[in-house]
Amino acid sequence: MGKQPAAIIGVGQTHHRAKREDVSMAGLCREAIDRALLDANLTLDDIDAIVVGKAPDLFEGVMMPELFLAEALGAAGKPLLRVHTAGSVGGSTAIVASSLVQAGVHKRVLTVAYEKQSESNAMWALSVPLPFNMPVHAGAGGYFAPHVRSYIRRSQAPTHVGAIVAAKDRNNALKNPYAHLHNEGTTVESVLASQMLWDPIRYDETCPSSDGACALVIVDEDTARSSPNPAWIHGTVMRSEATTAAERDQVNPQAGRDAAAALWKQAGITSPIDEIDAAEIYVPFSWFEPMWLENLGFAAEGDGWKLTEAGETAMTGRIPVNCSGGVLSSNPIGASGMLRFGEAALQVRGAAGEHQVDGARKALGHAYGGGSQFFAMWVVGADKPEN
Amino acid sequence: MSRTLQAPVTVAFDYTRSTGPVVGRFLSGLRDGVVVGARTSTGQVVVPPLEFDPVTHEATTEFVEVSSVGTVTSWTWVPEPVKGQPFDRPFAFALVTLDGADVPFLHALDVSSPAEVTTGMRVRVRWAAERVGHINDIACFEPLAPGEAAATAPAASSSEPVTGVVTEVSLDYDYAASPEESLFYRGLNEGRIMGQRCPTCQKVYVPPRSACPSDGTPTAEEVELSQTGTITTFCIVNVPFLGQKITPPYVSAYVLLDGADIAVLHLILGVPADEVRMGMRVRAVWKPEEEWAYSLENIDHFAPTGEPDADYDTYKHHL
Repeated sequence: MGKQPAAIIGVGQTHHRAKREDVSMAGLCREAIDRALLDANLTLDDIDAIVVGKAPDLFEGVMMPELFLAEALGAAGKPLLRVHTAGSVGGSTAIVASSLVQAGVHKRVLTVAYEKQSESNAMWALSVPLPFNMPVHAGAGGYFAPHVRSYIRRSQAPTHVGAIVAAKDRNNALKNPYAHLHNEGTTVESVLASQMLWDPIRYDETCPSSDGACALVIVDEDTARSSPNPAWIHGTVMRSEATTAAERDQVNPQAGRDAAAALWKQAGITSPIDEIDAAEIYVPFSWFEPMWLENLGFAAEGDGWKLTEAGETAMTGRIPVNCSGGVLSSNPIGASGMLRFGEAALQVRGAAGEHQVDGARKALGHAYGGGSQFFAMWVVGADKPEN
Repeated sequence: MSRTLQAPVTVAFDYTRSTGPVVGRFLSGLRDGVVVGARTSTGQVVVPPLEFDPVTHEATTEFVEVSSVGTVTSWTWVPEPVKGQPFDRPFAFALVTLDGADVPFLHALDVSSPAEVTTGMRVRVRWAAERVGHINDIACFEPLAPGEAAATAPAASSSEPVTGVVTEVSLDYDYAASPEESLFYRGLNEGRIMGQRCPTCQKVYVPPRSACPSDGTPTAEEVELSQTGTITTFCIVNVPFLGQKITPPYVSAYVLLDGADIAVLHLILGVPADEVRMGMRVRAVWKPEEEWAYSLENIDHFAPTGEPDADYDTYKHHL
């Protein structure tokens, strides 16, 4: 017996902010959960199991979120699982939740991912000096900036392409009431004029630090019938690779390429750029848009930046990317992957509000984490898959 | 000589917790010298209050002040206290059901021997002299002799609602380098850069891994590497951050040593940051020998050799 059909019928998220000092982590999760359940027209009593994900432990100093959040997540008397895959965790958590439905184990699964960056310091947590080693690490920006430089060299991309992405996503965020950054008047010029932080990455080309949460309700075919607009899951894939290996391709990682190939095959997609109507791609630094366009197969290697430069990733382009404003506009790290997955679902449900792509039928949600070594992605569609 | 090198490392951070309205109400109470619980949908009074009801899942709203006197329902003896515990002398942890509450909560009980604790004994809160809105505003419980009343709390210093607490987390590790990494660090202490070759794929790893990350084969053959190499790619760090050891701006670069198949991350000096290039040839510049230790920091930085840049094709597979 193959996978059972599964669909997302509830999507909830918080208003992402630099500091949500008015709520605890439990309260933050419940804001997202209550919105997802309201959207699904279900209550916590209808839920069979809960799957929770969050950022790496050092980021928040919380090692067992499942322990202290159990009752707040409505998990008393139910299975509660925690998923942990660094920055991709929001995506992986949604995939684990969907697999419980696809396997026929549960009918209605609630999944939630969160982070309260204001309680901690991710830059510090990613740069703790280790004995015997050279303390040259400088957070996520310091880690990824050399690989961005490699991409620019390898693809011969014009150096303003990153600024195009940042200006696009920040303007898209103006259409998303939940987005953290609402920076009016962001232009390619203003991005290029912003401070160079981790050369070649500028301030306006980096994601913010956010407090926020996202929750999804994923259900079986019977339950989905009660929803006016379920987002059907057409494919889910996770892949990992070694962080450091000789000649590992850090610009176009093998695990990402393999995951994408498997995903398109599962979803019956032969030409992603023609068949995907909206993509929510994990872009914490602007240059990762063209890099992942290539890694995902929307463009040939070296050509991703051409789609960006031509405006094809704008809301009106051939492949609209991050209409929600993306990670560049809201980054509660633990939740950022699930936000990509949830925003993809909103697009095919016709429920994305002002940042809706007209007539979207199939959408991609994507997340990556660690040193580009964890990948999680799904395709959701307005129609139930045939396979 | 030990096969492996070890060194202590402390990871510490003061996390700033938002309490939310329910836990905040409890902590505000402690600061004011009263214990606040909340009533659940089944009528039970729970201390500390739950943020969400375990049955209806609704947010908690009905708060109840309970007594600071209660009854021990269970306990355990702590003969050897560890860092961070309420006392540095032996004490008991007790579950205490306060008068007016239906379920117990855990805190320290200040007695000098286990013979002084019994289930069912009456105890009272001993308030901390200074209270700030933290669980430690209750210094501990103490035995309540017959006829004694609750302890009175000194006046509070503030009446603002408590919205946050600082949680100091500090973890002490013994960082253990693998035998292969230890070889690398010992080499650095002798002014040499050591790697290992994978017998399967022939790739030279520096620092050496215990097993090849690509094919899993244990690595054994030792290779001394050149002190010169090529910058594959790099970043100019302009941003200051907590815990930073090097003052920005500085160039953090991947240096592919001649003879190695993987680059090491290091610092580039001896050239203005904006003149560093992909392909630039560089040489290790060591600290004075008397400052050497088992550390990659023995190499102070890498500096340009003055040779022509390496051809892109020679390092493009290392990006």
